[in-house]
Amino acid sequence: MIWLTWRQLRTQAAVVFGAVAVLAALLLATGPRIAHLYHAHGRAFLDELGRTESGLYLIGTFAVLFAPALIGTFWGAPLVTRELDAGTHRLAWTLTTRTRWLLVKLGVVGLVAIAATGLLSLVVTWWNGPIDAAIARNSGAPGHGVFLLPRLHALVFDTRGVVPIGYAAFAFVLGVTIGVVIRRTLPAMALLLALFTVVQVTMALEARSHLLPPDHVTTTITSANLMLIDISGNLTVRIDEPGAWIVSQHTVDAAGQAVSPPSWVGKCPLETGQASQTCFDRLTALGYRQRVAYHPAGRFWTFQWEETAIYLVAALCLAGFCVRWIRRRVS
Amino acid sequence: MSAVLRARGLGKRYRRRWALADCTLDIPAGRVVGLVGPNGAGKSTLLGLAAGLLTPTTGTIQVCGERPGADPAQLAKVGFVAQDTPTYARLTVAEHLTLGSRLIPGWDMRLATERVRRLGLPPDQRAGSLSGGQRAQLALTLALAKRPRLLILDEPVAALDPLARNEFLRELSDAVAGREISVVLSSHLVSDVERVCDHLIVLVGSRVQVAGDVRELLAAHHLIGAPHLDPAALPPGVHAVSADRTDRRTTLLVRADVPVDGHGWAVTPVGLEDLVLAYMSRSTPVLEEQR
Repeated sequence: MIWLTWRQLRTQAAVVFGAVAVLAALLLATGPRIAHLYHAHGRAFLDELGRTESGLYLIGTFAVLFAPALIGTFWGAPLVTRELDAGTHRLAWTLTTRTRWLLVKLGVVGLVAIAATGLLSLVVTWWNGPIDAAIARNSGAPGHGVFLLPRLHALVFDTRGVVPIGYAAFAFVLGVTIGVVIRRTLPAMALLLALFTVVQVTMALEARSHLLPPDHVTTTITSANLMLIDISGNLTVRIDEPGAWIVSQHTVDAAGQAVSPPSWVGKCPLETGQASQTCFDRLTALGYRQRVAYHPAGRFWTFQWEETAIYLVAALCLAGFCVRWIRRRVS
Repeated sequence: MSAVLRARGLGKRYRRRWALADCTLDIPAGRVVGLVGPNGAGKSTLLGLAAGLLTPTTGTIQVCGERPGADPAQLAKVGFVAQDTPTYARLTVAEHLTLGSRLIPGWDMRLATERVRRLGLPPDQRAGSLSGGQRAQLALTLALAKRPRLLILDEPVAALDPLARNEFLRELSDAVAGREISVVLSSHLVSDVERVCDHLIVLVGSRVQVAGDVRELLAAHHLIGAPHLDPAALPPGVHAVSADRTDRRTTLLVRADVPVDGHGWAVTPVGLEDLVLAYMSRSTPVLEEQR
């Protein structure tokens, strides 16, 4: 059964690993220069990076971002439906039990998917190491081209470290599950893409920040740390925590109660100068502070492992469901 | 008579539609059994249940004394050639044989390679580019090389042209001749069944209409004709199966446990085709009454 599964997968696996190898070769060729520049120039080295590096940064990041969805769509969803369409399950199920048939398919294709994504993420994470470190140390300062987002930012977090492995496993098994339930290839692929996207967005924007309790800091509001005043007058400040992920913030008054900041803050001049200083000093004197909930940059790996574990457990549960379903429901 | 397949109150429902309902039948061991019936009679469903591809909604089915598809050992006892003889289009002929040898304990590789060679199937050709007849032969080879105790064929020749059909049935007859193997072959064509089968089961609307040895069935059935014949007034031991009336003559197909000569009727022997047709059409009024 392993032989058959591999025989069916090998062409696609060759294409996928070929693509990973090409990207890896590009990154391995350019990576040492980046590491060298970082050692030579420190965090200012981002200015030294040109269009090649910017391009590779985006390609690598998006490759890891989209790999799990592609695996779910093209390996997961059709895994069973393709056999149901061709009727070959009626041949396979007379040669082996359907439980074994499905388990081997899930195991072999799932492991290959995990290996491909893991390899891709490994090489992308290594290549981006100096860049991510420099971005973290630059935190809050104006960005350099595309090198803007710290590792804990939703878009970057998903494309580094070990989480892509969890995503790939989950997307794959989710695709298989949708396939065995609705039994039609194209609808299964479309539904997988939609559902997986919803799960990813929900995890990044809503769920992830709750995986660990955030730290809090209360800071005075100055012309230097004030980043933004939104349309309803709420303030956004920067904190002195390189690479931190700010979950939420609000203005508090002298009693520590959450309040709207006085409307005149908007008229404070932001250029450094006596007038600006006086304006913000008055705000501080009235007891206004900004309370910020955030995750420090050092939690990156804790978040990574925790989220990977969650996705892998979800994938295992779905796999169990698939096996039960195919034994009971699929004819 | 030992049964290789035993169904009791067997039923299979898809959503709201019963594909097979309350079917009770025995298929004798060591015979080549033809399962005939109109489309929708439940033949494929019955055979799918026997192969373990389907699970019954109601009732029980036993194949070689066990629940079908329960474990690899049970799977190895049953060779199944599914409708449209599915094969993996991207795998070559030789790879299909490898697949069998890797999955089936007791796989007879010599039989398989010998058959493939004799049939002229190119080992390196992908199954997807084989002709329908060749694909059916490959599927049959896979089923035979399992050395099954029961070989099930679900409409194996339905999609084949007459030449390939002829070839397939001849191969099948040769393959099972002189071997300890039971065969069930479903078809809606009586001529196919007549060529290879020695036992017949007519299934209509999940019900067995008639079952028995082909020669015995032919010996027990007759066509009797006379100007006026009342099916209700036949002598004891003679039962009308179907009636065909014209203005001038009535022809009855009867099943008789006693000799039918000497009643002043014209008695002619009946062909298998007519016999099957008589039993298949007989069930129609029953269905109409139920409505």
